[in-house]
Amino acid sequence: MIKILYFASLREKLGSGGESLELPDEVSDLAGLLALLSARDGEWRSLAAVKNLKMAVNQEIADASARICDGDEIAFFPPVTGG
Amino acid sequence: MADTIRVQTADFDVGEELASLTARDARAGAVASFLGLVRDINEGNGVSEMSLEHYPGMTEKALAGIVAEARGRWDIYDVTVIHRIGCLLPKDRIVLVAVSSAHRGEAFAACEFIMDYLKTRAPFWKREVTPDGARWVDARESDSTAALRWEK
Repeated sequence: MIKILYFASLREKLGSGGESLELPDEVSDLAGLLALLSARDGEWRSLAAVKNLKMAVNQEIADASARICDGDEIAFFPPVTGG
Repeated sequence: MADTIRVQTADFDVGEELASLTARDARAGAVASFLGLVRDINEGNGVSEMSLEHYPGMTEKALAGIVAEARGRWDIYDVTVIHRIGCLLPKDRIVLVAVSSAHRGEAFAACEFIMDYLKTRAPFWKREVTPDGARWVDARESDSTAALRWEK
């Protein structure tokens, strides 16, 4: 299982703060996971098209080519606006 | 050499925080600090309230990483970074960054660097309430530009 978290405007848009997911064998990187989630119905379809979508693997910023494996914590979120 | 990094809903006392920072190292001859506040206007709209969300766990790691990077670039002694989350009102304090060093140059530079990186790398998100309703604050191009100038 992997843990996936969604934050801020993305959490609201998707109506989910996070989920646990059994990682399919064919998904080995963030790009693959994004494609899997974007294949869902409704707002999920627009996930891959979100402008400046940020991703993290195990709490470190990562890009679409980052490898993921069982037990990882993945996060998707919009550009940060703190400070 | 010690860092204070806190993410909290409670307010903080700037005087107390600076006193605590300067008490840590007698070599320090300079402290530079930045205090960020909630403004009552943004993008032309009045702002009556703001809420701040973050990514617990990653936020603390990201802040510690930014402070570590500042330590690698400048000879600084002690660092305090405090960032508030939750509901805030105009004039409320949001963030404090304070850096001590032997002389002002290093302290000023490191303080500015930490703020520029915090703005673009620490996972916080602002949502503000305006007369037209609540909205998530958009990331600013000027913040990305400010962070880019530190790239070697």
